[in-house]
Amino acid sequence: MTVDTHTGASPVDPSADRPEDADQWSARLRRTAVEALPPQKLLPDRQPAYVASWIYVFGVLTLAALVVVIATGCVLAIFGPTWWHVSTVGLFVNSLHLWSVEVFFFCMVIHLWGKFFMAAWRGRRRATWITGVVCFVVSVGAAFTGYLSQQNFDSQWISTQAKDGINSTGAGAVFNVTNFGQMIMWHIMLLPLCIVVLVGIHVLLVRLRGVVPPFAPPGDSPGGISENDAGHLVGATGRATATDTNPGAVRPDAGTVS
Amino acid sequence: MSGETTRRGRRHFNPDRDVDQWHGKYLPYDLPKEFAIALLAVVILVVGLAVVLSSPDERPVTVKSWSTADPMDFAQTAITELDGTSGTATYGPPYNDVKGSSQSIGPFSPESWAGVHHPIDTAQDYVLGPLQTLPDDPAVAAAVKAYTSASPAQKATWTAAYEKAIASPSATFTDGALRIPPRGVGPVAPIISGLTDMARSGALDGALLSSHQFYGTDYTKPLLFIADGAYLENLATNQNLGGSQWGMMNETGNYPGQAWLWLYTLWYQVPPMNTSASGDLQVWALMMILTLGLALLPFIPGLRSIPRWSRVYRLIWRQHYRDLAE
Amino acid sequence: MQISITTIGALFGSLINLNGNGHYVHWGFIQISVANLVVIALMVVVFIAAILIPFRRHGGGEG
Repeated sequence: MTVDTHTGASPVDPSADRPEDADQWSARLRRTAVEALPPQKLLPDRQPAYVASWIYVFGVLTLAALVVVIATGCVLAIFGPTWWHVSTVGLFVNSLHLWSVEVFFFCMVIHLWGKFFMAAWRGRRRATWITGVVCFVVSVGAAFTGYLSQQNFDSQWISTQAKDGINSTGAGAVFNVTNFGQMIMWHIMLLPLCIVVLVGIHVLLVRLRGVVPPFAPPGDSPGGISENDAGHLVGATGRATATDTNPGAVRPDAGTVS
Repeated sequence: MSGETTRRGRRHFNPDRDVDQWHGKYLPYDLPKEFAIALLAVVILVVGLAVVLSSPDERPVTVKSWSTADPMDFAQTAITELDGTSGTATYGPPYNDVKGSSQSIGPFSPESWAGVHHPIDTAQDYVLGPLQTLPDDPAVAAAVKAYTSASPAQKATWTAAYEKAIASPSATFTDGALRIPPRGVGPVAPIISGLTDMARSGALDGALLSSHQFYGTDYTKPLLFIADGAYLENLATNQNLGGSQWGMMNETGNYPGQAWLWLYTLWYQVPPMNTSASGDLQVWALMMILTLGLALLPFIPGLRSIPRWSRVYRLIWRQHYRDLAE
Repeated sequence: MQISITTIGALFGSLINLNGNGHYVHWGFIQISVANLVVIALMVVVFIAAILIPFRRHGGGEG
């Protein structure tokens, strides 16, 4: 990038879109990402008015619990797997890790119950539901490998019992629950990585599709709010409802069909 | 774009699958702030629980602690490892190749298809091999040599006699030694006694773990040996951790366990899984099907209608329905 | 006053000792620990509370 010292022309902005670069993977990836999730959609400051129940906070509570699980797990990793057996501070951090896991599952299952009763898979949100279930299953696996990594009586019993179930499926040939070294590596690296990726996809899908709208009011015909022939939005009672009330911002569902 | 959930007319609207786009009110909702509050709440809750309740850490069983606490159980287990009748010796894949031992559902037997990947020869790995590492014990060395050079038929005669002898009421462990009536047991008696002494000294723990290398992180061999005995199982049963006690959900002491394993655990309590030799495979197959069903719930008519039929949503969205009615 | 990290750790031992013999509830073929029962019951209570307790929004709405 050079400045023409004779004319004083300013250098070209390197981050500007150029038509000749449009076929680059960078440009395509950027365009796809920004079209799917423009900033106002990635981090919106408004939600539909129907998002008004305490049940909606259990997703973010689960996420917060996961952050604490990972953070406390990192502290345990700093000092190694023996630390919590020989140090009272280590035992305390282990307790933080255990209880954050209990809170994580507590909130996740309530979140699942809530999403079930809202039939939150409706409106092209099936992938959100499926990734959620997969998150749950992988989390159970991560907790399981954690219990196996305790190096105490509990892990001895769990491993010698669980081996029968896993061996019966043939997976025991590779996934050896009595192999501490293997189990702790699955627990602190492979499975957390899977969970973080899955949770990331799950949350991005929620941003992409938005929070699922309610069922049509009882007694109304399917479809709930829709347009009448005059192009006015009508609700259950047929009266026109408010139009978009998010002035100055891109509509969260712009560009998608929800 | 698929028309499945846009305006009526393009495709039949299914209320359990589709929605109409929301064109109503939007209200301020600060997501990062909500996350920060949630994080603070979780941290406070978790710190509180950890301070008040701590976490369990029961010391592990070692071959030494087992053989010291219950030397008769250890010796009874050791003879079954030597004669190949223990749980591990008769397990089949992935530890050894014992025909007819794999679990199956009809012709479906993934356990046998996977094969042996963690080979364990219980007689050699648990008994003869460790004894052969002992220095300066001529009596045990001679007994091991006599046993290993005998014919299979002779070995079987000796071990059967020992099994019978150790089960008799006159078999005891007194004054630091096994006292077994010597009814045709041959060199098996000094072998098992030697192994018991080795176990009680702590040397067997090390021999089982480091049999191939200095640094060990694979505890398969000592764990399976310990689990073949009754000692570990008795400790677990006393803590309600046994399979028939819904143990998979439980934790030692009064701590909460893994409540999310309730359905997995339940199947082990009911027929036919609770008595079948292939019960594990049956439970896993059932759980895989049910988990798949949960994941694919949006595609299952009837099941996906339960939320609408149950009408719990009327409580969740009651403010919304009130707003519509106004 | 000097407080070592070991002392802090010791303070954080536990106020209620959950080690020792577990308590179990037997109901037909169901056997469940009191601890697990408390957790599950709490989940149901919290779920119902989350649905029933009104959620007041800040900032009102715009018509």
